[in-house]
Amino acid sequence: MLSMSPIISVANLSKTYGSGFKALNGINLDIRRGEIFALLGPNGAGKTTLISIICGIANLSEGRVTVDGHDINRDYRAARSLIGLVPQELHTDAFESVWATVSFSRGLFGKPKNPAHIEKVLKDLSLWDKKDSKIVTLSGGMKRRVMIAKALSHEPQILFLDEPTAGVDVELRKGMWEVVRALQASGVTIILTTHYIEEAEEMADRIGVINKGEIILVEDKAGLMQKLGKKHLKLYLQSKVEAIPPALAAYHLELSEDGREVTYHYDTKGDRTGITSLLSDLRNAGIRISDLDTTQSSLEDIFVSLVRAP
Amino acid sequence: MNWRAVQAIYLFEMARTWRTLLQSIVSPVVSTSLYFVVFGAAIGSRITEVDGVSYGTFIVPGLVMLSVLTQSIANASFGIYFPKFVGTIYELLSAPVSYFEIVLGYVGAAATKSIILGLIILATAALFVPLHIMHPWWMLTFLVLTAVTFSLFGFIIGIWADGFEKLQMIPMLVVTPLTFLGGSFYSVNMLPSGWRTITLLNPVVYLISGFRWSFYEIADVSVALSLGMTLSFLAVCMVLVWWIFRTGYRLKN
Repeated sequence: MLSMSPIISVANLSKTYGSGFKALNGINLDIRRGEIFALLGPNGAGKTTLISIICGIANLSEGRVTVDGHDINRDYRAARSLIGLVPQELHTDAFESVWATVSFSRGLFGKPKNPAHIEKVLKDLSLWDKKDSKIVTLSGGMKRRVMIAKALSHEPQILFLDEPTAGVDVELRKGMWEVVRALQASGVTIILTTHYIEEAEEMADRIGVINKGEIILVEDKAGLMQKLGKKHLKLYLQSKVEAIPPALAAYHLELSEDGREVTYHYDTKGDRTGITSLLSDLRNAGIRISDLDTTQSSLEDIFVSLVRAP
Repeated sequence: MNWRAVQAIYLFEMARTWRTLLQSIVSPVVSTSLYFVVFGAAIGSRITEVDGVSYGTFIVPGLVMLSVLTQSIANASFGIYFPKFVGTIYELLSAPVSYFEIVLGYVGAAATKSIILGLIILATAALFVPLHIMHPWWMLTFLVLTAVTFSLFGFIIGIWADGFEKLQMIPMLVVTPLTFLGGSFYSVNMLPSGWRTITLLNPVVYLISGFRWSFYEIADVSVALSLGMTLSFLAVCMVLVWWIFRTGYRLKN
């Protein structure tokens, strides 16, 4: 069981830029110790702003953020030394070697030299054979791993990954998630933002959806899928029908334009899905079925419906 | 104090120096040698003495100051501008370091570099002209104070600049003219009285005068005034840096 006190606590956080643009509006969010939390939201929703404030890159306008009980402003040293950040953009010192830049990060976070740890991090990220290479010579995927290595160099308790797999090939992405899972197993809390909803679905324990600077939902992934996850039963008809018979009105069926497909929406959580009675009522109405198919709302569908909602 | 962070920044910046050794050390030495040839040998043969010192010898402190000023500004401004430009500043801002530690690392490295450079130029000068330093400790004090002050000034420019053009602007349009007009190559007393008064508004005059005094005990203005002006400029820079970090000016949005 995860520990009771949240490792990050965001309370009434607002951020207004100098231009007057309100990027975040009254954010309340607790991150649990040891979880993988996925923050989803469209471009410009405020994901990066939120992360930047927690990590100390941007100032907050209102509200309070604590990291393991340490206020990010008053007690910034304690708060920041717990955090490793991998930003979205590939910001690297082109002419430094991989080893030097990762060791630099460790020093910057006030940790004593520990070549064994750096070696382990580089090996875990398949960067060991590149340790003496200048960063400018590396591929984009390798540069991203260098940034992850920098973030892990000081053994953080919390790791922020802002769009970690943007522009990373499938193979590498899988490797990266293995690293993330191993980190979680060692007790590190991970907060990631991603555009790839399948990733959140696959990786996260909990999911938060942010849109227009407001958190619109925070839920256990399973709960979210269950709460909003509708199943759809698609029935392929043997012959075309012009309209749904009135006797079947209670099922709220959708008829396709060509009159050959009928879709029924049902809730997996309900005790009775109504499928059995639907099938028998269809037969009674003289509609014959040639095939059927069920699908479940993906997180993507849920996400799109949430973000599009007025 | 997060001394490890100060050390990390300092060593990172010094490593940059060794990587760009040619540009950092060799080119100022070459240009200083050129000054000696042009000013010392060519012009110096016509101006025999200034305040009882041979012209070639007279210009040494000014030449050292010229390099220390411009290099301090260039090193420190580039040192902090570059992370801003390539985006690696994120790491500095998210690290458990205080502003003081960041400044200490960057300004310390920039100042170290220009002090080393100043001493190299002094050694180069000794090959051309006979040198004697009457007050070596004062000489070092002025050298260090100037290097630190102008590295701080460069740090401010580096934070203020949002393009390479601005990075060059202040050093080229303000610092270089002030240095040339600050008595590097002449004694302020050689100017007509009207110009002399105007020249006294130039802060660089006080630096060069104080520095030259530590060599030859000749000065355009009193040493106490030189020291006072240098320390005042240092204080102004410190206040500016403090304000920058307090407000997050051009660092945090």
